[in-house]
Amino acid sequence: MEYFIELFFSGLTRGSIYALIALGYTMVYGIIGLINFAHGEIYMIGAFTSFVVATVLSIYGFPLLSIVLLAGLAAAVWSASYGYTIEKIAYQPLRQAPRLSALISAIGMSIFLQNYVLLAQSSDFQPFPELIPDFDFMEPYAHVVGSAEIVILLVTALMMVGLTLLIKFSRIGKAMRATSQDRTMAMLVGIDVNRVISMTFIIGSALAAVGGMLIASHIGQINFFIGFIAGIKAFTAAVLGGIGSIPGAVLGGFVLGLTESFATGYVSSDYEDVFAFSLLVLILIFKPAGLLGREEAQKV
Amino acid sequence: MNKRVTQKLLAAALGFSLTTPLMAADTIKLGVAGAHSGDLASYGLPSVNAAKLVVEKINAAGGIDGKMVELLVEDDVCKPEVATNTATKLVSDGVHVVLGHICSGATKAALPIYNNAGVVVMSPSATNPALTQSGEYPNFYRTIASDDAQARTEVDFALNTLGLTKIAVIHDKGDYGKGLAEFAKEFLEKSGKAEVTLFEGVTPGAVDYSAVVQKIKRSGAEAVIFGGYHPEASKIITQMRKKRMDTIFISDDGVKDDTFIKVAGKYAEGVYATGPKDTSSNPLSKQAVAEHKEKFGSDPGAFYENAYAAALALLNAIDKADSTEMAAVRNALQNNDVDTPVGTIRFDAMGDALGVGFAMYQVKDGQYVEVK
Repeated sequence: MEYFIELFFSGLTRGSIYALIALGYTMVYGIIGLINFAHGEIYMIGAFTSFVVATVLSIYGFPLLSIVLLAGLAAAVWSASYGYTIEKIAYQPLRQAPRLSALISAIGMSIFLQNYVLLAQSSDFQPFPELIPDFDFMEPYAHVVGSAEIVILLVTALMMVGLTLLIKFSRIGKAMRATSQDRTMAMLVGIDVNRVISMTFIIGSALAAVGGMLIASHIGQINFFIGFIAGIKAFTAAVLGGIGSIPGAVLGGFVLGLTESFATGYVSSDYEDVFAFSLLVLILIFKPAGLLGREEAQKV
Repeated sequence: MNKRVTQKLLAAALGFSLTTPLMAADTIKLGVAGAHSGDLASYGLPSVNAAKLVVEKINAAGGIDGKMVELLVEDDVCKPEVATNTATKLVSDGVHVVLGHICSGATKAALPIYNNAGVVVMSPSATNPALTQSGEYPNFYRTIASDDAQARTEVDFALNTLGLTKIAVIHDKGDYGKGLAEFAKEFLEKSGKAEVTLFEGVTPGAVDYSAVVQKIKRSGAEAVIFGGYHPEASKIITQMRKKRMDTIFISDDGVKDDTFIKVAGKYAEGVYATGPKDTSSNPLSKQAVAEHKEKFGSDPGAFYENAYAAALALLNAIDKADSTEMAAVRNALQNNDVDTPVGTIRFDAMGDALGVGFAMYQVKDGQYVEVK
């Protein structure tokens, strides 16, 4: 039973990171119908930003809590500005172009950002400082679930609740929902669609950056390539849950994380990815729009 | 024609015809075979230079029991089909011992020909495990560790030095890591002393390894033998220590890297990793390199020290055996220590050099230190 609980938490930790990244994919898709392949790189840049900030602050001897908060904030803001800029440079000019053009532009952006960080930071793995300390009260359970895993879960949950409230009740959330339903109609009723799209990129990027910081601190190392696999997995999670649906992305992330964890624990880690992607294929066969996706009627 | 001149000529001719076979019996013919042209020439040419230097030195000191050493250099371009011709050529030239070949495939093809002619062969670079371990090539020796030597060092250390009985073998699914892990598993199972509690591959670059770490814990392993590189190793060791596991971690030269210590930080302490034995401080090695620089004006290339050691070992064995007969040379190789640039070595009955290859290192205070 203890083993089951251990695997469960391991899956939840993984799942929360997938979910945080998947939200960015799904929000952007929901609003402009684009798969933003550069999103994994935003996650990586978030991790690097928090790495730089945390290293500098710890040299100046700041207390750990303020380091975590400031590094997280810096990562969120910096990644958000990257997300905003990418949208302005690479996607907005292509908004009227065929969908494929924007997709190729996204892939190009992803390659550009990877190589930019590679040149700026070297290809070596960098040791990431441990931002989440081991809490004393967790010590009796440390062999089952670490403090870091609990913190990752709590932060993810907090972000999800915040995002849901934002989308349900705020003005910008309402505007986002409207734009997602029908962009032209939203424009006609006076919504600044460009602003809404920018906001979507900003929110999605900030979430990914926080995810990047949390997981980097948990596993203790980063390099320029970490965004690739995380991005692919998060994209899978978004599709699994139904791309365009926010609760779907969260559910997809957790389903994927738990599947991988249990596949490793009870079968073999050799088949971790086999199980994850088989699950995706199965779900898409029976529910082509994903777990929580709506079947959209083609607009004519 | 003047009668005297004819007599002199006759005498000279007679003299030549008498001395030629005597001369032949009076030199020791050391063959050097390997890739001396083509893509892989850079692996083969350093052994020619090494042989030249060793032979020059020995001849300058009066040869072996008064006999000069003669070099016969033949190219096999590292191709098995060419290597058989190379071997036949050397044998028909009356070679006594051969330094070579360079590539495992070419060596394997040539060995039966030498064996039939009773010629001992010593390679500086052929690392295929079967060359010695299969027992099919009694005339074969080498001065380099075989491909599975790291796995053997790891397993011997785990079983004999640490006395472990339950070991998990983890790898990164790559050619290098998985290959090593498979050898380690095989040696552990054959030893009968320890149980392999888990044999699994992890995906390099995955977001986290805590599930596989839990699995290691559940398997009850006292130690993990990991085949792969340092990024995965540092993630696994970090997560193991965070889960309060004190499982011993043993890995390979892909992990014996300072980046590993930098990234894993305090969690790297106590980790074991195998690495090539450091011979650069050996005075003979320094001397061999200096000789090469002096004579050829450049730094020696790949396997130079191994080749230098092999030439020394072969000629030393002939000296000790006072014969070039295969049985006598083999006996001398197995029973005499010889000082070479790769250390003081002798050979086991299978043909591998004892005292060559990998040593075990452990991280202590942020540095790899050799475990004595």
